[in-house]
Amino acid sequence: MTLELSLNQQPAHARQGSSIGQPLTRRDGFLKVTGAARYAADNHPPGMLYAVLAVSSIARGRVAALDVEAAKAHQGVVEVMTPLNRPALAADPDAKDHPFMFRLDLLQNDQVRYPNQSIAVVIAETLEAATEGAALLSPRYEVLPARVGLDGAESFVPRGVGVGGPAVQHKGDVEAGLKSAKTRIEATYETPAQYHNAMEPHAIVVAWDGDTLSIDTPSQGLAMAQGRIAGLFGIAPENVHIRSPFLGGGFGSKGMISGPQVLGILAARLVGRPVKLVLRREQMYGPVGHRAPTRQTLRMGMDGEGRLTALDHQAKTASSTFDDFFEPAADASHTLYASPAIATSHDAVRLDTGTPLFMRAPGEATGSIALESAIDEAAHACGMDPLEFRLRNYAEVEPMTGKPFSSKALRECYRQAAETFGWASRPLQPRLMRDADGFLTGWGMGTATFPALMFQAEARAVLRSDGSGVMETGAQDMGQGAWTAFAQIAADGLGLDIDQVDFRAGSSDLPNAGIAGGSGHTATAGMAIHNAGAAVIARLADLATGDEHSPLYGAGNEGVLARGGRLYRRDDESRGESYAEILTRAGLSEIEGHGTGAPDPASQETYAKHAHGAVFAEVKVDPDFGQIRVTRLVGAFAAGRVINPRLVRSQYYGGMIWGVSFALHEEAITDRRSGRIQNANLAEYHVPVNADVPSVEALLVHEDDPYVNALGIKGVGEIGITGTAGAVANAVWHATGVRPRRFPIRIEDLLG
Amino acid sequence: MRDFDYIRPATIPDAIAAAAEPGSAYLAGGTNLLDLMKGGITSPERIVDISRLPELSRIERLDDGGLRIGALVRNADLAYDPAFAKSYPAVAEALLSGASAQLRNAATVGGNLLQRTRCSYFYDTASACNRREPGAGCDALGGENRLHAVLGWSDACIATHPSDFCVPLVALDAVVEIEGKKGRRHVTLEEFHRLPGETPQRENALEPGDLIVAVRLPAEAASFSANARYLKVRERTSYAFAIVSAAAALVVDGGKIRAARLALGGVAAKPWRARTAEAVLLGADASEATFASAADAALADASPSGDNAFKIELARRIVVRALMSALSGTPERLPALPASPFSNIPGARHDA
Ligand SMILES: Cc1cc2nc3c(=O)[nH]c(=O)nc-3n(C[C@H](O)[C@H](O)[C@H](O)COP(=O)(O)OP(=O)(O)OC[C@H]3O[C@@H](n4cnc5c(N)ncnc54)[C@H](O)[C@@H]3O)c2cc1C
Ligand code: SF4
Repeated sequence: MTLELSLNQQPAHARQGSSIGQPLTRRDGFLKVTGAARYAADNHPPGMLYAVLAVSSIARGRVAALDVEAAKAHQGVVEVMTPLNRPALAADPDAKDHPFMFRLDLLQNDQVRYPNQSIAVVIAETLEAATEGAALLSPRYEVLPARVGLDGAESFVPRGVGVGGPAVQHKGDVEAGLKSAKTRIEATYETPAQYHNAMEPHAIVVAWDGDTLSIDTPSQGLAMAQGRIAGLFGIAPENVHIRSPFLGGGFGSKGMISGPQVLGILAARLVGRPVKLVLRREQMYGPVGHRAPTRQTLRMGMDGEGRLTALDHQAKTASSTFDDFFEPAADASHTLYASPAIATSHDAVRLDTGTPLFMRAPGEATGSIALESAIDEAAHACGMDPLEFRLRNYAEVEPMTGKPFSSKALRECYRQAAETFGWASRPLQPRLMRDADGFLTGWGMGTATFPALMFQAEARAVLRSDGSGVMETGAQDMGQGAWTAFAQIAADGLGLDIDQVDFRAGSSDLPNAGIAGGSGHTATAGMAIHNAGAAVIARLADLATGDEHSPLYGAGNEGVLARGGRLYRRDDESRGESYAEILTRAGLSEIEGHGTGAPDPASQETYAKHAHGAVFAEVKVDPDFGQIRVTRLVGAFAAGRVINPRLVRSQYYGGMIWGVSFALHEEAITDRRSGRIQNANLAEYHVPVNADVPSVEALLVHEDDPYVNALGIKGVGEIGITGTAGAVANAVWHATGVRPRRFPIRIEDLLG
Repeated sequence: MRDFDYIRPATIPDAIAAAAEPGSAYLAGGTNLLDLMKGGITSPERIVDISRLPELSRIERLDDGGLRIGALVRNADLAYDPAFAKSYPAVAEALLSGASAQLRNAATVGGNLLQRTRCSYFYDTASACNRREPGAGCDALGGENRLHAVLGWSDACIATHPSDFCVPLVALDAVVEIEGKKGRRHVTLEEFHRLPGETPQRENALEPGDLIVAVRLPAEAASFSANARYLKVRERTSYAFAIVSAAAALVVDGGKIRAARLALGGVAAKPWRARTAEAVLLGADASEATFASAADAALADASPSGDNAFKIELARRIVVRALMSALSGTPERLPALPASPFSNIPGARHDA
């Protein structure tokens, strides 16, 4: 398979006439804007019933009584599922065989461990009957006091944070570094619990046929969901067929199958009919994950030139009482700024909440807003411009590990964004800028970064004798346009025009495409697609170069180019023939090839791989009222090869707007006594509206990275949040002179 | 949700007769009622859909120079009525600062007056709430209450009335026209909503079956059109309820205030007419110093009901600014961000 290798190393060269790099619009856009896209909850198999969750209104205790009779007596109610009659499972939902197996609440007992935990499921002929049936259950509880807030329980050092990284890490001697410093700062920042709030609630439509399961449900990880469901029900994974053609957002909350989705499957088993279960908005505040609150203290020391002598980042966070996910906020300090001494540590409390989970830029987002705020404080303490300070502390190698970067165009990001923004005229001191209407105006910046991750994926490619191609991979499109980007990679991989390629994804019956998360989906599934294309082209080239009737005879695989549905001799492009001719002469209706995508362990050892960016923000603050508006955002990002600039830009926009949201809007307000979330709806859980983001600009900075993968792809899905949140906070300081230390920034913090 | 009867009466008397039965509720735009029903906060047994009663959708000029706005006029239709916006600019501005375009297209005049508080404990049926369940207690006290009332609250209830529309209306002496079993009567908006006292569940002057048929603005209300503003501070630039808002309307002649109207929103269980402040303004110099004294007078009786002391100082500042903007004159066109402190951002390309 020498051809695959050579293609891998020079994808651009071998795949001319490229679809990659074109700003195509979303291929599913038309379906979506016309309402024709069928989301999970739009399915209605014949005979389907509606299931509605009854959820706990207490945070901790047990369900002492449920009025099942009243619910069952309600017209249209077919069955009520409680711990007493819930069908048996093959696995304990509280088992944790590996760190990514999160414990699920599947009516295994009468215990309540967080508000909005499922305590029963009512199944009825109509949604209305099921809803009323759930209300009629009128649960009675034995209530225990709720543990609420970061001071609500005893803290401990977790065994691992994030995906299992060490909770405590250091290099060099931080205390000595601080002691030797000329200037020091210390500051504590708080970030609240946040909820993913994808537009589309978690929904599932389930039909059992014997031991075979047919499921429509949004998933960011079809194969993982398939495996988890198979394990819980003791059936073969290939008997679990999940379709997830469209997701209305996921942001991490649909990465793993959640308890309510499995309850939908159990409900269908119990009643022996297809069942639909859709979460209500407020029911999404508990069982499907969230971003945990943090309290972070940063200490920095700087020498006389503004160089860091020490960087200490301590983060306190919270997990549930029954499972482990610890927001790795302090790890944000591992990768950005050079310092001879760096220490990061985490401690945590266990609260009566649902288990926190991955939420867009988990750890990176929370850590970034604190780190970038502290860097701003440090720059000011040294009397330096924040950009100059960041350049002074620019990391030429990854600070924590000393590894070289596989690529890092951050200087160029700083330069382009600063120039576009007009940063150079910024006064050093705060509260000096006013606009024509008298608003306090402030400029702030932040550095963005996100690791370039890859997971495991497979793809299958087919070339047909009519000259067309097929590319199959069970990839997931959360709405970001992944399938368009994948189709572009597929077209280039097959050397075909994009319209000649039938791209298939979004089903667990297709090859495992890994998870759409960690900003690694395009790189991972993209490489699988690319390699599958290379494999099938290699087979085709074998046929042609070994066939004396072919003009390519004797060229050898290395001597062949694939382009526009034809193979050409590399040394003489006038000699070539079409795929159709080659296959027809060989008497084959189609040939196939397989490819995988995975990180390269060798380069993983050698290089630190990250995407980078720089974000500049302008805010206006009403001097009397403290109301804030972000009037301008300019970001520049370098994240390797751009498959589709339109889609990449929209990821940056979305991430940057999320950063605004983090700094100014988002917060789950929890009652300090009951532990119940008070704003579990989209009227009161604020995210930015259009008027909050009048001008957002994202610049794509060219970056070649030969090490991350053959296509040179990093990830763009999450990085936009990092940097931006801090930039907004720093701009607020620059406008007002008040340093935001808790987020979201509130009006009362600025009233003075 | 609970099953209920749905009735669509053809006439006002039929509607009133139907709604007089216990457990009935009128349905207008439904933007508040349906949310409350879905959440189990209210569970009417009978819905009387008035949304197609024809007589209630008219805006009429009255012979005495006043205006009569039918209870079913949509919030958006009213705000975009050019004659209305010209005569009562602060009311149009308040309307357009509320909710979202979609909600304003559905929400009605009557429904806006009668929308319930946004107190989260009122919406959370697992919490104690005197307003929802008399005598149950008030979980907002000692809870998450930074947006609760600073004026007119009681230990029984510290909730606020969330309407924007009502704030300039109460300032302009609007009158609510009610039709009930005993015929038609008029109640000033100022008296229409009640402070909680010991009976927060009694939110307004309506008796069972009473239908709001119209809201009237007296002739005098239009005399403020050259100097009337609504100002609303909120936690995002649009689509958020007021933390505090104020409507200010002035008639100024030779630097002296000849007439003044002031009301606050988001501070009490009713749109808060600041009469003592108006007394300070009347006859005084139209100056920032006068406005500051008026603001002090308006907030003299304010006290925090929880973590919300900041609202008092904020309200003071909003009063001063609202009066200053009113003094500087009603803008020619409604700003692109109605009632927002940021409404003057240069480069905004649209009218509201
Ligand atoms: C997300 C969201 C954001 C919002 N933001 C704002 C905001 O920023 N500012 C603001 O002011 N408002 C806001 N609102 C509230 C909105 O203005 C009200 O929901 C709306 O005005 C209610 O009008 P409606 O016609 O839909 O009333 P409905 O929901 O139909 O009725 C509300 C109540 O009034 C009763 N009723 C209605 N009409 C009559 C009548 N003629 N006579 C007697 N009783 C009647 C009903 O029985 C019901 O009890 C918001 C609402 C939502 C959902
Ligand atoms: S403040 Fe009023 S509405 Fe809120 S919980 Fe207390 S009684 Fe109920």
